[in-house]
Amino acid sequence: MAFFVQKKDFCVNHELAKLQEKSSNIGAIVTFTGCVRGSVNGQLLSEMFLEYYPGMTEAELERIENEATKLWSLQAIVIIHRYGKLQPGDRIVMVATASVDRCSAFEASQFIMDNVKKRATFWKKESFTNGESCWVDNREQDFRRLQR
Amino acid sequence: MHTVKLLFFASLREALGRSEEIVEIPKGVNTVADLLSWQCQRNLKYQRAFSADKQIQAAINNQHVSSNALIIYADEIALFPPVTGG
Repeated sequence: MAFFVQKKDFCVNHELAKLQEKSSNIGAIVTFTGCVRGSVNGQLLSEMFLEYYPGMTEAELERIENEATKLWSLQAIVIIHRYGKLQPGDRIVMVATASVDRCSAFEASQFIMDNVKKRATFWKKESFTNGESCWVDNREQDFRRLQR
Repeated sequence: MHTVKLLFFASLREALGRSEEIVEIPKGVNTVADLLSWQCQRNLKYQRAFSADKQIQAAINNQHVSSNALIIYADEIALFPPVTGG
């Protein structure tokens, strides 16, 4: 179990190597990486700013990891989420789950990402090449996904 | 009356032009819903920032709380729009 809220970039391969060191009985690792898109509704993105709530964000990520650990048998989890100014193509978030079998790793990674999007206290502001900028609305589809 | 530190984030922080504020909570303001309606009444800037369509949410002690949560024992309350991370 590990989570990091950080400004700097991360290396997925390096994180996976660290994850595998945590247990000698890992049969499956699922990773998700979220990146800054190049455009939104046809508008070219120039920059994304990510704000977070120090203290609470970490507490919420820990709660999400604890819930996932209770629901699935997992050998290891890592969540990394960046904040600050990011450019199109930059990595924003990574979730990796490791378990003996693939089902637990797949399901737990989806549960973790859905809950990070719904509960972790991060806010995105998008700036566009035409000079406009706006805070991102929460997406109705993520809420619906959690109702399944 | 008791004193509370309010923290503001993201679009709410920008709309109010501040990231935190220490306020005296008036009598009768007992829940998060009371707090949000009181903010709406403070002045035009607050009214716009806290209008119902902004869906402002609250956290106490680093935990999300619902609109009927009591604020009378809180020292610090964070207020923010719906989260958009991930």
